[in-house]
Amino acid sequence: MKILVPVKRVVDYNVNIRVKADGSGVDLANVKMSMNPFDEISVEEALRLREAGIASEVVAVSIGPKEAQETVRTALAMGADRGIVLEAEGTVEPLAVAKLLKAIVAEEAPGLVILGKQAIDDDCNQTGQMLSALLGWPQGTFASKLVLGDNGIEVTREVDGGLQTVRLSLPAVVTADLRLNEPRYASLPNIMKAKKKPIDLRPAAQYGVDLTPRLMVLKTAEPPVRPAGRRLASVAELVDCLKTEAGVL
Amino acid sequence: MTTLLLAAHDGSSIKDATLKALTPALALGDDIHVLVAGDGVAAAAAEAAKLKGVSRVLTAEAPALGHGLAEPLAALIVALAPAYSAVLAPATSTFKNAVPRAAALLDVMQISDITAVLAPDTFERPTYAGNALITVRSTDPIKLITVRTASFRATLVEDRPPAPIEAVAVPTDPGLSTFVGDVFSTADRPELTSARVVVSGGRALGSEEQFKALLLPLADRLGAAVGASRAAVDAGYAPNDWQVGQTGKAVSPDLYVAVGISGAIQHLAGMKDAKVIVAINKDGEAPIFQVADYGLVGDLFELVPELTKALG
Ligand SMILES: Cc1cc2nc3c(=O)[nH]c(=O)nc-3n(C[C@H](O)[C@H](O)[C@H](O)COP(=O)(O)OP(=O)(O)OC[C@H]3O[C@@H](n4cnc5c(N)ncnc54)[C@H](O)[C@@H]3O)c2cc1C
Repeated sequence: MKILVPVKRVVDYNVNIRVKADGSGVDLANVKMSMNPFDEISVEEALRLREAGIASEVVAVSIGPKEAQETVRTALAMGADRGIVLEAEGTVEPLAVAKLLKAIVAEEAPGLVILGKQAIDDDCNQTGQMLSALLGWPQGTFASKLVLGDNGIEVTREVDGGLQTVRLSLPAVVTADLRLNEPRYASLPNIMKAKKKPIDLRPAAQYGVDLTPRLMVLKTAEPPVRPAGRRLASVAELVDCLKTEAGVL
Repeated sequence: MTTLLLAAHDGSSIKDATLKALTPALALGDDIHVLVAGDGVAAAAAEAAKLKGVSRVLTAEAPALGHGLAEPLAALIVALAPAYSAVLAPATSTFKNAVPRAAALLDVMQISDITAVLAPDTFERPTYAGNALITVRSTDPIKLITVRTASFRATLVEDRPPAPIEAVAVPTDPGLSTFVGDVFSTADRPELTSARVVVSGGRALGSEEQFKALLLPLADRLGAAVGASRAAVDAGYAPNDWQVGQTGKAVSPDLYVAVGISGAIQHLAGMKDAKVIVAINKDGEAPIFQVADYGLVGDLFELVPELTKALG
């Protein structure tokens, strides 16, 4: 079975982003970019399934600017077998990403697609569900555990009240939550090896998907800043403040 | 211009998340219908019929809808949506799972996690862990929206003549997935997303035993729900559904007490809308103090029991 792992290039999770003064967006000049952390978890899960002999090949795919090749290269350094980049400038919304991924699925015929549950830039939490819908496949989102068996895959999901387990027929789409695994670091030899692995760079336009955003971003703003608080000297002072000044007790 | 509000409920009653999502639904315009989908929903539907501004309640009952599986629930939403100008749901795990699936089937780009309605087609939503708020206008004919409930006050159930309740046809279950089981933490304390007070613990608690021994008595004194940082959940000190943050739950209680939590942006994303924030941390430089109204710098293992006692 082949596993397809979509990976997104995003602002590194350690970066404190800045909103541009004119409200036109987030300042991305000279900002460190990395693979979306949830996608690292997806790559790791796919590699573990290959190492367990359940999957035969792991293909990483990214949709984004030319530089998305670096993100795919990171997946290859972790151990993925080959990569695909669909080059597109500007914002490509989850719905359009899902349509492009559907086209890749048609070419690659994977048995499983593992995505991150959300991208930490747009925080949409949609792409996996949308891809699954367009394919007519079952979906197992927010996964914290996967068990592949003869009659499908059991996915344990992180839900509001605790955990839910569902069984999906294959092929299926799964989205990874934080506790699915701890992704490995790419070792130096593997980083060297990854340089020789193939990445197929193609224009996204060749798939005939309309990439025009459906959501027009009119404005980007900083969230309101909380007024500075106070350090208190004792528990007694805290209780007093909560009772009288804040009135929350 | 009718909005379909998808109700979060437990069969016997409507959840607080629904009352919060009703507030932006009312801001959208004229008329609201509520969908109560599940397996045995009569009591919840009766409650929905008394919600403010609601002119009709639709019930959809089937075993497959009982566990909120995405495939049958999305099929139901797709069948109903064309009659509405907007479909709006609280961003619970069930709807975060099913609504984007329905959106793709309707060829609509969902607007996730809205924090304000500016016009029937224009919304505010957080991106980058809440560090950039964007205003977006949707060009789709139907708006599919999930609501960040922490950003809205609940619109309470009214004493009014109930709206008519009507059963709708349920599309056949596509049968792609089956429910196997669930493990729900039995909660005899308030729900995290609706609690007036939240006490949260971080990595510094050191073990599940200490997490419970220190924070539960404090939470009991305050009538509080208990939350946790990702680090505390990853380490097994607290169950996954207690995680507060960018990728956990968003809360906006009157009082949030952060104990042994450093205040990473991913954590702040879930709690910085609280009315009053208290931080207890031994590191005076910890970023949590930048958002805290009241800070105690010191050892939590001394301060927390002292605080619990002082509240007794
Ligand atoms: C993709 C992604 C998503 C994430 N999503 C979330 C999320 O939703 N929610 C979330 O919380 N995190 C999230 N994180 C993780 C986040 O970046 C931080 O790693 C995490 O919040 C840290 O948890 P913590 O504050 O408990 O631990 P630490 O950062 O280790 O902080 C522990 C704190 O305890 C203090 N301390 C230690 N001992 C004592 C003592 N005896 N008395 C008092 N204070 C003490 C220390 O000074 C320190 O400030 C996410 C990360 C990523 C990459």
